[in-house]
Amino acid sequence: MTEKFEKDEISGTQTTGHEWDGIKELDTPMPRWWLWTMYATIIWSIGYWIVMPAWPLVSSYTAGMIGYSSRASLENVMSEAAAAHATDRAALVTTELSEIQSDQQTYQYALRGGKSAFAVNCSQCHGSGAQGAPGFPNLNDDEWLWGGSVDSIYETIKYGIRSDHDDTRLGDMPAFLDDELLEPAQINDVAEYVLSLSQQPDLDAEAVTRGKEVFAAECASCHGENAKGLREFGAPNLTDAIWFYGGDKETIVRTISKGRANVMPAWVDRLDDATIRQLTLYVHSLGGGE
Amino acid sequence: MNLFWIALTIIAALLGILLSARAADPGMMIHGMLFSIAAVISAFALISRHYRLAQAPSLGNGGGGIDYNIDIVKAGVIASSFWGVVGFLVGLVIALQLAFPVLNFDLPWTNFGRLRPLHTSAVIFAFGGNILIMTSFHVVQRTCRARLAGDLAPWFVFWGYQLFIVLAATGYVLGITQSKEYAEPEWYVDIWLTIVWVVYLLVFLATLWKRQEKHIYVANWFFLAFIVTVAMLHIVNNLSVPVSLTGVKSYSLFAGVQSALTQWWYGHNAVGFFLTAGFLGIMYYFIPKRVNRPVYSYRLSIIHFWSLIFLYIWAGPHHLHYTALPDWAQTLGMTFSIMLWMPSWGGMINGLMTLSGAWDKLRTDPVVRFLVASVAFYGMSTFEGPLMSIKAVNALSHYTDWTIGHVHSGALGWVAYISFGALYFLVPVLWKRKSLYSDALVNLHFWVSTVGILLYITAMWVSGILQGLMWRAYDSFGFLEYSFSETVEAMHPFYIIRAIGGLLFVLGSLIMVYNLWRTARGDIREKEAGSLVPNAEFAGAR
Repeated sequence: MTEKFEKDEISGTQTTGHEWDGIKELDTPMPRWWLWTMYATIIWSIGYWIVMPAWPLVSSYTAGMIGYSSRASLENVMSEAAAAHATDRAALVTTELSEIQSDQQTYQYALRGGKSAFAVNCSQCHGSGAQGAPGFPNLNDDEWLWGGSVDSIYETIKYGIRSDHDDTRLGDMPAFLDDELLEPAQINDVAEYVLSLSQQPDLDAEAVTRGKEVFAAECASCHGENAKGLREFGAPNLTDAIWFYGGDKETIVRTISKGRANVMPAWVDRLDDATIRQLTLYVHSLGGGE
Repeated sequence: MNLFWIALTIIAALLGILLSARAADPGMMIHGMLFSIAAVISAFALISRHYRLAQAPSLGNGGGGIDYNIDIVKAGVIASSFWGVVGFLVGLVIALQLAFPVLNFDLPWTNFGRLRPLHTSAVIFAFGGNILIMTSFHVVQRTCRARLAGDLAPWFVFWGYQLFIVLAATGYVLGITQSKEYAEPEWYVDIWLTIVWVVYLLVFLATLWKRQEKHIYVANWFFLAFIVTVAMLHIVNNLSVPVSLTGVKSYSLFAGVQSALTQWWYGHNAVGFFLTAGFLGIMYYFIPKRVNRPVYSYRLSIIHFWSLIFLYIWAGPHHLHYTALPDWAQTLGMTFSIMLWMPSWGGMINGLMTLSGAWDKLRTDPVVRFLVASVAFYGMSTFEGPLMSIKAVNALSHYTDWTIGHVHSGALGWVAYISFGALYFLVPVLWKRKSLYSDALVNLHFWVSTVGILLYITAMWVSGILQGLMWRAYDSFGFLEYSFSETVEAMHPFYIIRAIGGLLFVLGSLIMVYNLWRTARGDIREKEAGSLVPNAEFAGAR
């Protein structure tokens, strides 16, 4: 068929004799490398089908020569990982919490695992570096709301704070304005007094004096006579420069007026004991552990 | 006949008002209104057309040549340029949102979740779709030596498609979505698109039917494959049951892994048939036309066409590696993707080798530069695609920015560049100008946007691989090394680079729109008056 059609002058190749809107076609053979590479991919695919699960049948599929299954392969990897962790995890759960720190292997394991578990579960509120955020305490310092010993931290993580667990830690900062426990003027006074505890400037001396009385009557039961806080109620120390929700007057007035009730979940229902112990030791190690 | 269509638009307008009045939710109320406004405008347009045609003498072309329907192609040029700029701009906005989340403005209508489908649909369906409809209408007329079939039908396709875009886009911003990627519009918008698409198919087929050439040109095979397959994909993936005929919400017919598989059968072939087959049709006409050389190999075009069409439809499951999808389906998805490599490259070979004997045009004609670069990006993306479908590679690349980079090397490099080439070719032809307004601006557009694309895809490669490696990094005890938020933090510089790349691409498209507008007006940039590449069809004055 080729003879009767014109040749393209530049390439010397036969055209197909078709023309559309001035477009002609050459009758160039398919490039061999192209064809052979295509054959190679087809042959490779057929080989892959023979080895691996590939073609659906009526109620099953061709399973392939090596019996591969991604589910089984995942289970394998998971059980290998579990086996690799088994000794350390067992030691973690069976050793007394307070003694783990003296067992270097288990302790290092706990710290690494704790860091990883913290990143996944805790960093959303407490920050990647456990630095905290307004309403979420910094875990690197040595001020603790509920106690910084290994056992206290363990209990806090396990049962949470104001969580829905029966054994949760509970403390209540009432809404003194909303619940009509104090008048706005009294709240102003007690806020001035609270500011005076941490030696803040530009205070109204008379208000501080009045506020001191209000504090003794309404606040001391939880925050303590000396306002240094009581861990029993998770009541923070008000005499230092560390503030949970904020130490400016506006925030303090808001805290007193509306109350505060941030929540920490009870992790006992979500994480296993080994992980909670890892978290405990990791948090304890951050700088302020007691 | 005219009266019938006018009556139909009036009925449609009433239907829209009724729907709006009885609407079960605010979304349907707004969309009913939009539909009825569109119908009223159509009624007026039809009535004024009726009187215009009644007064005008015959529409004969006088010259004995073929009276091609040029107006519809001109409308397509304008629409696709407009939607292109809109789509690229929204892309820039969401790129900036990823780098600086404050740009979400805490408003439901402007958050990333709603603007992202607005971007993807605007570039794929509004820009790409208008380019495909417009070029296919041009190419099928020219290569069949026949006027586009139908009188009103092509205009119905054009305006109906614009209405689909407006309904889809406003829906996204209002929060109306069926949550299927690239198939977000709800049931009633899907039905409307189906009607428009079937008319499109009929117009295309009828034009082929009355062709004056013995054979059907290869570009038309690709266009036809694209139109038919997209119809099938669209209808099957969108099968759903509306909660109420007056409400926007519907539930898909598929659930669980069946839904996922159907979705990616659709999603991957949206890439395969919308963004590959359709645009190969564009390539097969505009490259040989522009360089004035015969297509390299007829046999290659046959074999690569049929192998591409046959293999592509199987490749979807590679989007679901290591999921609940059965292993055998994952195997098929992967192997068919690998077998697809050479069939895809067949198009690249035919495109590039068509330049043999005319490679000098790469230096002298900046429009050829766009066309050739697009085929080069096509070749790169269609190599990267099979590579990423390999399960071991996918284990690293999946869910990372690498995928976004891959998509954009195809979308910006291949799809947009071949479209820009076609637009630069068509405007002087359609508006009967001697040449473009400026070739220097084409060149500037080329370099600005090429730098943009390179910034974009290299940033996404690095960020994607970094992200994948960080996700799977373990310490010596076997614990995960990084938290998710640390990986997000590591992406930040790359997101800024990506946004800069996007900005350059938007700037390039604005340069193009300016150049095309001046060309359509008949202006010539004086400095270049003697050196512009001439429009080869100008002298022909059909």
